[in-house]
Amino acid sequence: MEPFPEIPMLSYDVLVIGGGPAGMAAAVRARELGLKVLLLDENDYLGGILPQCIHPGFGLHYFREELTGPEFAARLAKKLIELGVEYRTSARVLEIKNYSDLEKVVIFTSPSGVYQVWTKAVIYAAGARERHAFEIGIVGDRVSGIYTAGEAQTLMDIYGILPGKEIVIVGSGDVGLIMARRFALEGAKVKAVVELMPYPGGLARNVMILKDFNIPLYLGHKVVEVRGKGRVQRVKVVKVDENLNEVPGSEFWIEADTLVISAGLVPAVKNLKKIGVEIDPATGGPVVNDRLETSVPGIFVAGNSLVINDLVDYVAEQGELAAEGAKEFIDNGGIESRKWVKVEKGSNVRLVVPHYLSGERDVYLYLRVAKPMEDVELGIPEIGKRLKLPVVKPAEMIRVKLKAEEIQNADGKLTVEVVKA
Amino acid sequence: MTTYRFTCIVCPLGCAIEVDVEDGKVLEVKGHTCPRGKEWAVQEVTNPKRVVMSVVPVEGGALPTVSVKTAEPVPKEKIPELMQFLAGIKVKAPVKIGDVVAEWEGIKIVATRGA
Ligand SMILES: Cc1cc2nc3c(=O)[nH]c(=O)nc-3n(C[C@H](O)[C@H](O)[C@H](O)COP(=O)(O)OP(=O)(O)OC[C@H]3O[C@@H](n4cnc5c(N)ncnc54)[C@H](O)[C@@H]3O)c2cc1C
Repeated sequence: MEPFPEIPMLSYDVLVIGGGPAGMAAAVRARELGLKVLLLDENDYLGGILPQCIHPGFGLHYFREELTGPEFAARLAKKLIELGVEYRTSARVLEIKNYSDLEKVVIFTSPSGVYQVWTKAVIYAAGARERHAFEIGIVGDRVSGIYTAGEAQTLMDIYGILPGKEIVIVGSGDVGLIMARRFALEGAKVKAVVELMPYPGGLARNVMILKDFNIPLYLGHKVVEVRGKGRVQRVKVVKVDENLNEVPGSEFWIEADTLVISAGLVPAVKNLKKIGVEIDPATGGPVVNDRLETSVPGIFVAGNSLVINDLVDYVAEQGELAAEGAKEFIDNGGIESRKWVKVEKGSNVRLVVPHYLSGERDVYLYLRVAKPMEDVELGIPEIGKRLKLPVVKPAEMIRVKLKAEEIQNADGKLTVEVVKA
Repeated sequence: MTTYRFTCIVCPLGCAIEVDVEDGKVLEVKGHTCPRGKEWAVQEVTNPKRVVMSVVPVEGGALPTVSVKTAEPVPKEKIPELMQFLAGIKVKAPVKIGDVVAEWEGIKIVATRGA
């Protein structure tokens, strides 16, 4: 199919989809490398989810300073504007069309109309979506007062509206814990944080929040049902055994007017699936090489669309890497490698990106373990690499650097494992 | 004697620290691997402090609120009082990131978002 003649056409080297930290860092880097770049975001402001994350904890690596989310976003936005990067907000990408390696068309809507963009490369940085109540098997009445954490956070920290007074939070990851603090600070009563796993999902510094506000944490429990007339009135909680099966007779009810679901994020990759990008079931994001290029040449991915990150610093780093990939792709008409080394998951490794390494450049591997462990070694037996780690937790992404020379020694594949030291 | 146990949050190591306290005096700190951890743990039992963040309504801005934080950590037990104070504040656009929008008991309240 040809582009639509009746739709105005723009032309760029690189189109960046998403104006969060991944997209902004990518656009900045692409511009620094001399590319003609356009960034699009469907929100009416830049920053992605950062402007609503008003707590500190951002940027320790990237800016060597502890910032809040809005401050981190503002720093990147300032760079973007100073460099004269073209961007549009309220601009929603509907579709990507892949005509050939260096010919792609992206269609977007905006208040001034629909546009199509000819571009050589796309950097996809559309972030993630939140898992909702149905996805985690909660049944019951269809009532108001059920929010995802992101919705509740937007209401509170962008629009200044407290979503409820008596709150139950599902999920003890960082997002759930940070939301617990925001509700408590704003005068709502957090009646419980309910966590399926036998251990908390968030960083230690965030688990401490619960103690600060005397919020009960139910580990190894799940919310299964919501009841109410018009609005949430009570939620049913059940204990689970080590196989996560419900323990009969263990259920109890908690009175609450609001249920907040913070049950994890999933990379938002709908537009990529439509053009046949290969997805890794472990990350939920695309399979990529060491330039963060997906299985469709010229389509790069960074940030939470690639893998769910807990640190914005890694997100920005991935954005820059994708931009460097786009530059190389455009200059050489493709990302070439004499051989690709496949990265495989060994013992206690739940996910690892990137999936293919060329051995021609140093890379960072980002990985997560499946289970918490102490006194471990991260190993890659094929190249004799060993790295001692005092503690590993699923909540904390591990980042390891591999030198090009190390990768070259590998024959076809590298297995990353986390084992007792 | 009371023993307080916590997971240190100074760095990702997450040491399990124990602090023995008697009559408000710290007797012993165990389990830390560095001096920063020890210092943090002692402060955590004697005078815990937190940086506090919130949003306040803004008139005439692009968004209805502007986010703020305290310029320094606030003693934990005074946080509800501070939140009461913040609930009474309103600001007018334009606000620049870093602007001091109010002051409470000598502590500056700083805007973390523009409006
Ligand atoms: C509650 C919470 C607390 C956190 N706390 C911390 C912390 O303390 N420290 C830390 O380092 N990190 C923290 N993080 C993690 C960090 O904020 C994220 O990893 C990071 O912001 C992800 O960036 P991103 O650019 O990939 O995605 P996002 O920030 O989600 O940006 C994606 C953007 O893409 C846009 N978009 C999506 N689809 C389209 C489309 N079709 N067309 C146009 N635009 C589109 C969206 O509007 C959005 O603006 C936290 C995250 C959350 C949710």
